[in-house]
Amino acid sequence: MSKIEVKDLTKIFGSHPSQGMKLLEEGREKSEILKKTGMTVGVNKATFSVEEGEFFVIMGLSGSGKSTLIRLVNRLIEPTSGEILIDGENLTKMNTTDLLNTRRKKLGMVFQNFGLLPHRTILSNVAYGLEIQGVKKEEREAKARKTLEDVGLKGYEDSYPTELSGGMQQRVGIARALTNDADILLMDEAFSALDPIIRKEMQNELISLQSKLGKTILFITHDLDEALKLGDRIAIMKDGAIVQIGSAEHILENPADDYVADFVRDVDRSKILEASHVMKRPEVVMTHKDGHRMAIRKMEEVGASSIFVVGKDDEFKGLLTIDDAIKAYKEDIPLKDILIQDVLSVPPTTPLSELIEIAVDSKYPITVVEDNKLLGIISRVSILSGLVLGKEVENDLETETSEVMSR
Amino acid sequence: MNYFDLPIEDYTNNFVDNWLLPNTAGFFDKISDMLRAFIDMVTSFMLFIPAEVLVILIVIVAWKASGKGLALFALIGGFYIGAVDLWSESIQTVSIVIVSTIISVGIGVPVGILTALNKTADRIVRPILDFMQTLPSFVYLIPAILLFGLGSVPAVIATFVFATPPAVRMTSLGIRQAPEEVIEASKAFGSTKWQLLLKVQLPLAVPTIMAGVNQTMMLSLSMAVIASMIGAPGLGDTVLTGISTVNVGLGLTGGLAIVVLAIILDRITQSIGKKS
Repeated sequence: MSKIEVKDLTKIFGSHPSQGMKLLEEGREKSEILKKTGMTVGVNKATFSVEEGEFFVIMGLSGSGKSTLIRLVNRLIEPTSGEILIDGENLTKMNTTDLLNTRRKKLGMVFQNFGLLPHRTILSNVAYGLEIQGVKKEEREAKARKTLEDVGLKGYEDSYPTELSGGMQQRVGIARALTNDADILLMDEAFSALDPIIRKEMQNELISLQSKLGKTILFITHDLDEALKLGDRIAIMKDGAIVQIGSAEHILENPADDYVADFVRDVDRSKILEASHVMKRPEVVMTHKDGHRMAIRKMEEVGASSIFVVGKDDEFKGLLTIDDAIKAYKEDIPLKDILIQDVLSVPPTTPLSELIEIAVDSKYPITVVEDNKLLGIISRVSILSGLVLGKEVENDLETETSEVMSR
Repeated sequence: MNYFDLPIEDYTNNFVDNWLLPNTAGFFDKISDMLRAFIDMVTSFMLFIPAEVLVILIVIVAWKASGKGLALFALIGGFYIGAVDLWSESIQTVSIVIVSTIISVGIGVPVGILTALNKTADRIVRPILDFMQTLPSFVYLIPAILLFGLGSVPAVIATFVFATPPAVRMTSLGIRQAPEEVIEASKAFGSTKWQLLLKVQLPLAVPTIMAGVNQTMMLSLSMAVIASMIGAPGLGDTVLTGISTVNVGLGLTGGLAIVVLAIILDRITQSIGKKS
């Protein structure tokens, strides 16, 4: 069962939402409905689900409806139609009491401009969620102290929000959301008001926090780099509708339409793509049992000057060059003694940005190895083509690739 | 432009003479008695405290609330009022101000909350407030006498009409001014409407509400002179006597005492508003 499930969720702002809904059903565009009726389509039939422990990012430019969408998820804004299921329970059909209980127990929220209560101390801000549930003062304050310590704000309990910097205020916002022990965190542009350095720091902390606590996070941002960095999966919104959902790599490699393609054009791919995305299956492979003749013939067949040697179950043994193979053949040295062992190996999750540095120092193609198995090889050209084009065009460059590979 | 004959005067007088007074006299008498008892209680309590003790108390409050300057001013003001022998008149005026402020705020703040949270209530109350603020005070002084007799009670009623609108408006403004995200945050964590009001909206509105209380108090004081025309005792009466006997000195003596009270009350309530 998904933690959050959203089905056909729609919000129309205006005097007669049902009329707008009808036009929407007829397939009219957002701009057309605005012109005709003066009503704004905030969110247009959004459907997605977030699994337990998943970091789900909704990305869109301002006006794309992402902030409305996250407020529909905890019904701060009442949906016009559609369903929201939290742990399988239908939030849209809940009465006020059940809705309040769900908000109290299951949904924590973090806001762009922090939304702290200015007349309360940090401690009492963090304890607020428990206070309104009627938890005793000592108990809720003990809990609040603990979460404040977790987010690194010990010693600021008695300060007031205005006395803290933006980054610290947002830590308070996060601590407040964590104090309730809610499984789900709704984060509305949580880091957008912070300066870039603090922002990066907070992103990293959030990632480690999530891996520690296993929260399900629904994160809203207008910043693609942030989305790609944080999200297990990303939904891209445009004009109130979700245009694509997928992992960072998937969206970079297969943009659903021109809008998304336009978006991802300027992305720093070296930080997103990993070794496994740009590697190729090595075409010229021989097993350690093959003899000298076999090795030389295989290299001749593809016109390559070196060949990868694997053992049983693709276990990587080393690299054999044509010169060494001929020499060994003439002098009758066993192949296993002349294999080049110091070929650089990386795990498949190595980011492209690190591969660039490695490739500069390496004479031979880099091997991608996991559990001692050769998964693929990466040449300089695959790195470059991955950077510039993503993976999909790589096949066109195959001949070029193998040429450089075999230098 | 005289196309219709609209005898508002006759209608109103008919209504007042033949229905309002005979049918509601008992009710208004009761209110009148209660109010008079309340005002008398406040007055006699303050007159019971020796003037010196009360002045020292006020000086201390002024010091705590505002600082040395106001404390010094309150001390000098106390000596002035004693020197011109207007102590009991001042107490009578302050009593009327206190009672009308309590009533104005007691009714104005809840109404202000209601108008902030309910659009329909706002639409109904807004024109009534406009009416209360713009109608010349003499116009409602007349029915106030008819219903409540002469003295301090109609003065309090007239002051209530005059001084309540700022309490309502400022309360409403203060609540509506709360930042949207703070309200959303409170809701997102599962606050009920009452929790939202009591724990977030009202505390955030306190400075604005206090500004409204301050306004109400100042308006009450400015009403003191006018209310003396319907027999309200106090400093207004002193000034009125000065006017009717063309006694400039007496008028100034009473007028200065009003100014002294105004400054002390204004500064103290202002600094309370700022501190919260």
